[in-house]
Amino acid sequence: MPHRQNRLGRIALRWGLYILLGLFALYYLMPLFVMVTTSLKSLEEIRTGSLVALPRDVTFEPWRTAWAHACTGIQCEGLRPYFWNSVMLAVPAVAISTLLGAINGYVVAQWRFKGANIIFSLMLFGCFIPFQVVLLPMARVLGMLGLAGSISGLVFVHVIYGIGFTTLFFRNYYVNIPVELVKAAKVDGAGFFRIFWAIFLPLSLPIIVVTVIWQFTQIWNDFLFGVSFSQAGTQPITVALNNIVNSTTGVKEYNVDMAAAIIAALPTLLVYVVAGKYFIRGLTAGSVKG
Amino acid sequence: MIEWLERQLPKIVLAPSFFAVLVFVYGFIVWTGWVSLTRSRLLPKYDIVGTIQYDRLFVSPRWDTAMFNLAVFGALFIIISMLLGLLLAILLDQRIRTEGVIRTIYLYPMALSMIVTGTAWKWILNPGLGIEAMVKGWGFENFSFRWLVDPDMAIYTVVIAGVWQASGFVMALFLAGLRSVDEEIIKAAQIDGIPTWRIYSAIIIPSMAPIFLSAFIVLAHLAIKAFDLVIALTGGGPGYSTDLPATYMYAMAFSRGDIGQAAASAMVMMLVVFAIVVPYLYSELRAKND
Repeated sequence: MPHRQNRLGRIALRWGLYILLGLFALYYLMPLFVMVTTSLKSLEEIRTGSLVALPRDVTFEPWRTAWAHACTGIQCEGLRPYFWNSVMLAVPAVAISTLLGAINGYVVAQWRFKGANIIFSLMLFGCFIPFQVVLLPMARVLGMLGLAGSISGLVFVHVIYGIGFTTLFFRNYYVNIPVELVKAAKVDGAGFFRIFWAIFLPLSLPIIVVTVIWQFTQIWNDFLFGVSFSQAGTQPITVALNNIVNSTTGVKEYNVDMAAAIIAALPTLLVYVVAGKYFIRGLTAGSVKG
Repeated sequence: MIEWLERQLPKIVLAPSFFAVLVFVYGFIVWTGWVSLTRSRLLPKYDIVGTIQYDRLFVSPRWDTAMFNLAVFGALFIIISMLLGLLLAILLDQRIRTEGVIRTIYLYPMALSMIVTGTAWKWILNPGLGIEAMVKGWGFENFSFRWLVDPDMAIYTVVIAGVWQASGFVMALFLAGLRSVDEEIIKAAQIDGIPTWRIYSAIIIPSMAPIFLSAFIVLAHLAIKAFDLVIALTGGGPGYSTDLPATYMYAMAFSRGDIGQAAASAMVMMLVVFAIVVPYLYSELRAKND
């Protein structure tokens, strides 16, 4: 008999565990659920209904407004132009910083010269500064370079402050490749770039995916650089979203705000759903070095 | 000559990134530090006059609020995220069949921009139509939940949103840590009949000390840099009751035209970050060189 009681107890514990896990899942999903349902309701229904109620009459009008007509200050073109700003900003910035990180990591991990470790430490350290400390001089330098308020300027900023992390990712990956490989290739007469192209890059697909995802998420979600170094017309999507939500003109359109927030979140969410494994690897690699 | 070039190639390749970091990180820190010692207002001046900006900073009630908020927000954000993350990791470590799905749900907020998170929670917490209205609608007419518009409580809404965003990430870190504990020790303890909670509290958790440290560093770093979240959720308000050092710095730099104050506050932020990160990085790098 005690044996059976024990089993019953274990089943009860198991159920309790699943219920607890389910409740936490609800907690994490609730804001997303509220965002989606709110974005599909009319303002009238929002005012009269409950926060968590499903929409009675589904309407896609808020999505159309958020994409093409919502006002960010004086302009009312929706998120569309800013979405493309973010694309035009993220694509080159991710590509350049990843490429630089790969070649830097290759040097630091495989071509150690005197002082390489100090240089790497200095670069790594740069990842940890609060960016507030570079905002003022960067604004002046962008002005001097003629890049103030431009998307190219933002690409430049994201590349500069992305190099530390991308170099770290590639270094930690290449450090596990035996040095003998480079030595043997050198004996065969291969040079610095040939070894990189022919041996290292083909091995690098996983770390390239991790780095691209990390950089894309960082740059797409960035707000501080975007709001500091852009001007009307060149703002990235996070800045435009904030302007739409906090614009004081007219009626507060919560459904449009929520649709806009989902549109701004979709690209990174999509990346996360498709390549979650690599996303997590980047997150943990960024925090647990070694 | 060509041979010499070939040998110098690794240094030549690393040089641009290194000089970029040298100028745009370290040079800029020096610039900001310098300007923080001048009378700069709308435009930077370069005559050093001493610590006048810091004197102004430390008597400013707004800065006082910002630092106090950072302490409250930072402490609660870090402690709650750690506890929740650890709890979730332990719950998920019990051979859960749907672990992959649940983990994906717990972690997705980390893929969102803090602007999106802030926008969502601003809507959920707004007293007129959010949670308060919902609970009232259930028949609890006296229910009141107005933290978002209460100057004394608004900072806690930032904690709520921040924990929602970051706790899944801590869970992922801890879960990886739990999985890396030596299975043999756990099995031996189970055979000895040691209850599960004792195995966790006496064996597994103490062996994860480095992961606690990593999680702490990442969370502390997020807390000090938290800027977007406050901007999107409360805009620093009501009044400036939810100002953080990051929003103070931004306000001084870009809307108040008080560059000296902005520079001084940025330097203090950097010192706070360094006080936390330097010992950590130092021990990491030393451990690796040994």
